Amino acid sequence: MLSRNSFLALTMLALAGCANVPLRGTGDLGVVIERATGSVEVVETSGRSVLGHIAGLGDLSHASVNYSRDGRYAFVFGRDGGLTKVDLLGMRIVKRVMQSGNSIGGAISQDGKLVAVANYTPGGVKVFDSATLDLVADIPAIDAAGQPSKVVGLVDAPGNRFVWSLFNGGEIWVGDLKNPAHPALQKFTHIGKEPYDAMITADGRYYLAGLFGEDGLALLDLWHPEAGVKRVLNHYGKGEQKLPVFKMPHMEGWAATGNELLVPAVGRHEVLVIDQNTWQEVAHIPVHGQPVFVVARPDDRQVWVNFAFPDNDTVQVIDVPSRKIVKTLKPGKGVLHLEFTPRGESVWISARDENRLTVYDSETYAVQAVLPADNPSGIFFTHRANRTGL
Amino acid sequence: MWLALGSLFFSAGAACADPATPDTARRNELIRMVRNDCGSCHGMRLTGGLGLPLTPESLRGKPDSGLVASILYGRPGTPMPPWQAFLSEAEAAWIVENLKQGFPDVKPQ
Ligand code: HEC
Repeated sequence: MLSRNSFLALTMLALAGCANVPLRGTGDLGVVIERATGSVEVVETSGRSVLGHIAGLGDLSHASVNYSRDGRYAFVFGRDGGLTKVDLLGMRIVKRVMQSGNSIGGAISQDGKLVAVANYTPGGVKVFDSATLDLVADIPAIDAAGQPSKVVGLVDAPGNRFVWSLFNGGEIWVGDLKNPAHPALQKFTHIGKEPYDAMITADGRYYLAGLFGEDGLALLDLWHPEAGVKRVLNHYGKGEQKLPVFKMPHMEGWAATGNELLVPAVGRHEVLVIDQNTWQEVAHIPVHGQPVFVVARPDDRQVWVNFAFPDNDTVQVIDVPSRKIVKTLKPGKGVLHLEFTPRGESVWISARDENRLTVYDSETYAVQAVLPADNPSGIFFTHRANRTGL
Repeated sequence: MWLALGSLFFSAGAACADPATPDTARRNELIRMVRNDCGSCHGMRLTGGLGLPLTPESLRGKPDSGLVASILYGRPGTPMPPWQAFLSEAEAAWIVENLKQGFPDVKPQ
């Protein structure tokens, strides 16, 4: 009789051997970025185990991941400009290209055929064939004043489009890549000072860029691009007192709970509740520190929040209907990210300085598993493959 | 002999000049902090990101006092925040000195 462990070991052997990959789906797989070692850890959420490690991905500080639509391949974007295509089943790197000096993230197109990367230096967007990683389009980010700009907040949008923002130039660009050889660009200028990140709502309709250089958010309704970019929530952001921000909040995974959007207040110990119809702030919820990720459980009943230095040992749970904090957890030093399982019964949390992942029951907050990982940061499960904006 | 004694004297003098030089434990904390918390804007390898690169090449020729001040008080009007609540002046100076030499890596535990 096989023990669970030896069964797992056998599975791993078979996976590593790759010659005869056992049949399995990828819907319960994921990768965890191991930022110091330049590797990813492949995990599965059904048995909550580590399946293996894939090394050789370069500088993974601030790395992010998109998935091929079959959920088998992860595209990993590294800080050093490396783009690596990883096979989760074969447990190996399929291809790796150094596509720029310094990059910040990427997106995969609606049809799954294109992978776009946002770059800091030289600033711009490069688009690759997702099968081969051959370059198909190179779109430098030269703003209206003729200056090069860092690109942030790159997401996919319906119609095989990508949307991104120019940090230095204060612009939002929509690139239509139906014909990748001839990207059609639509540029919105003077959208606000220093957009630092952006998100798109799950329906692919609203693109929202957070501004660092001034208060407020820039909002583009992709159903009505002719209406231009609107400024919303002009008092959102740092407020009258310019408080120092020790880590830029992330906009990805912003909790859109139907009618409301829960967003991190820049530099303040608050999560803001925004009415999605009027785009007005309707409440603010005091929290433990400066929020970084504000992530809704898939049922939108709860929102989980982690925090910037020096409060990055804590995670808080907000009950959305009552807007109350219902739980404060201490997963360990250096909590960098959290990711729900596809239907949200569990949440995986990385603690960088503790070299571990903790899996919590999202209903009872009981610890379901603790798994080793080397300096873990981002956790990315394959159900992202089929979500706009992820 | 004189020379040797002289250099002994000087190195002892240098070690004593700044009683606030971080000890080994604190140094390890600072290394971790720079790689991780500064790294979130400057890159874990300090080659730049939203923030400027903090490599020896890019800091060469920039006066220490200005860099120390940037760390302690931030750069108003940019995302560079002030760190004076978490770092003493001597610690900021130690960070600048080491950035200019090539910053040490976090020791594996
Ligand atoms: C929230 C983002 C952020 C964090 C975190 C951050 N910095 Fe910066 N830093 C910046 C930006 C942006 C600049 C460039 C400012 C400018 O344009 O003048 C900068 C500039 C600097 C400079 C001046 C570089 C030069 O060439 O003049 C130094 C030195 C520096 N940072 C050190 C640090 C250290 C040390 C830490 C951690 C204790 C840190 N920074 C954390 C964003 C950040």
